[in-house]
Amino acid sequence: MAETVRSVANIDQLERILEFVRSCAARAGFSGRRIIDLELAVEEAMVNICRYAYTEHSGEVEVACLQEPGGILRIEIVDRGRPFNLLKAEKPVFECDIARRQLGGLGIHIIRNMVDDIRYRREGDKNRLILVLRDRKQNSPSTPEPVGPGR
Amino acid sequence: MDTEKIGDVRIVRLQGRLGEVSAPQFEDRMKEMIEEGEVLFVVDLGGLEYISSAGLRSILSTAKELKKLDGLLFLSGLRGPVKEVFEISHFVDIFRIFGSVQEALEAMPR
Repeated sequence: MAETVRSVANIDQLERILEFVRSCAARAGFSGRRIIDLELAVEEAMVNICRYAYTEHSGEVEVACLQEPGGILRIEIVDRGRPFNLLKAEKPVFECDIARRQLGGLGIHIIRNMVDDIRYRREGDKNRLILVLRDRKQNSPSTPEPVGPGR
Repeated sequence: MDTEKIGDVRIVRLQGRLGEVSAPQFEDRMKEMIEEGEVLFVVDLGGLEYISSAGLRSILSTAKELKKLDGLLFLSGLRGPVKEVFEISHFVDIFRIFGSVQEALEAMPR
């Protein structure tokens, strides 16, 4: 079952998008803590798109939530901005001195740490970013859910 | 966000969320207080449930400003997802972090 929201790629739409993913995750039975992880990943991805995807003109972004068996939520974020493969972004440098520490570059690092899997595809003029999250509470670490073919 | 002054130290308590939408308000308010001459801060994150990279950036940017003025910004009360974001971003390595406002106050120079 997929639910989709479409909006102008603008920061003033961020709260609406976060509310959407929050309610999808709540309906999928995700724990409060894992919903915050999801919101963080989606906020960081949305901010990237709003800031950098459309430089010449405004554009749209589409966010879809898909619930998969085994307590898995797949979020697909699509824009028609310039190509950007988040997987190829460089890791930030963690300077220990406040004066030398860079102000930016943490968003993608946070996404990587919040989700179980990230996929990216350029499809024609579209960027498709796929974030996969598993609700930790539904899967104890000792009995991992089998993933892949076999259904 | 509410603030309180104890001796020379300004205590700032944050509540709820510090993300893309709310971080600029926090940063502006901190700038105002710095312009009014405040240089010693304890920012208590005990009531914060959510922080994104924008929130981290606003705290770091304020700390950079204070460093130029020989000021100090201590943090207290990190918990749950906020603590986790501080850890993965290695912000725990660049800030002095205390369990409570009281402990942070005691570590401030007199």
